[in-house]
Amino acid sequence: MARIVGGITTSHIPAIGNAIAREMFEDPYWKPFFDAYPPVRAWLDEVKPDVAIVVYNDHGLNFFLDKMPTFSVGAAPEYQNKDEGWGLQPLPPYPGDPELSWHIINSVVAEDFDLCTCQEMAVDHGFTVPMSLLWPDRAKMGGLKTIPLVVNTVQHPLPSPARCFKLGQALGRAVESFDKDLKVVVIGTGGLSHQLDGERAGFINKNFDLMCLEKIVDDPEALTKYSIHDLVRLAGAQGAELILWLVMRGALTGTVSKLHSNYHIPISNTGAGLLLLENAA
Amino acid sequence: MTSVSAPEPIPGTTIFDGSMAMRGYALNKMCYSFNEAESRKAFLADEDAYCAKYGLNDEQKAAVKARNVLQLIAAGGNIYYLAKFAGIFGLNVQDVGAQQTGMTVEDFKAKLVAAGV
Repeated sequence: MARIVGGITTSHIPAIGNAIAREMFEDPYWKPFFDAYPPVRAWLDEVKPDVAIVVYNDHGLNFFLDKMPTFSVGAAPEYQNKDEGWGLQPLPPYPGDPELSWHIINSVVAEDFDLCTCQEMAVDHGFTVPMSLLWPDRAKMGGLKTIPLVVNTVQHPLPSPARCFKLGQALGRAVESFDKDLKVVVIGTGGLSHQLDGERAGFINKNFDLMCLEKIVDDPEALTKYSIHDLVRLAGAQGAELILWLVMRGALTGTVSKLHSNYHIPISNTGAGLLLLENAA
Repeated sequence: MTSVSAPEPIPGTTIFDGSMAMRGYALNKMCYSFNEAESRKAFLADEDAYCAKYGLNDEQKAAVKARNVLQLIAAGGNIYYLAKFAGIFGLNVQDVGAQQTGMTVEDFKAKLVAAGV
């Protein structure tokens, strides 16, 4: 049977993609951020997952406001990255796992989560930046396949933290009932506190972020008590991306332990959080 | 649009909800087109014609002309699509943050660094 071996959280902001493209790993601004990633890469090298489920939000590449699904999942043999309009060079495509995608779809829809299913899906920086951070050397991906799971954080109403956590739990049950011997890692991207828009742009809440980094390990239910409006107030307009982390955490249904974490302010406008969680059977 | 009771407003923050999404549809649709290099080129070649093609209203046209992010948001612009508009002029989210808060980019960056102390 398939098994979720762990969960990872990481920021996905485009400035990171730009810094990677320019190889600014030793730059004083970027070094404390990039230096946090080698332990996570070492764990991935050792565990060698077969599939990565990447939970992120589309930023206006695949979806426009004409059709805005709350939850959508890729069911494609591969996922293309494309021009997003502000200069990041598109990366080569990522292989998909349509068989596992359809198993997840069948399983979570049976649990009353109505996903939008996508046989074509362009993946933006929300997907590619975490992938580049975790597998900077594509050769080390081996046969890794990917499944994008997209949550709407663009247009309110957004799904509540509690709803996202429950979707994660359904996702976890779906993966663990897949009749193939696969190791799966779930990546919750985005966050932590940041706000790009309005007179309140540049809002960061370190205390709230540190509390989230702690609670999501051992007491994620505490975070599900917040409303989306609470998250916007406490973590900034885009800090609501915490719901993407909660999907990841919900999927870890075993014994969860923290293997690595980091928090760094600022990367661009953002408090950047990194977590590696092991999910023991 | 307010079938659910509206919570306390958050200062300096516009919740991009259904009413904003309707108000800003044409503007955001134009900005969405900037994913394509050809569209960015066409906008730069004839800005007024490009805005007219997408049916922007006068408020949106004026905000585009002024390159003013707060005005663009008030006119229904969503920050994710506006980022593509800003990208045409080589502006990143820190430039956009500085403009919205009335700070220099240096001061805005310093404020972010101070948030970590």
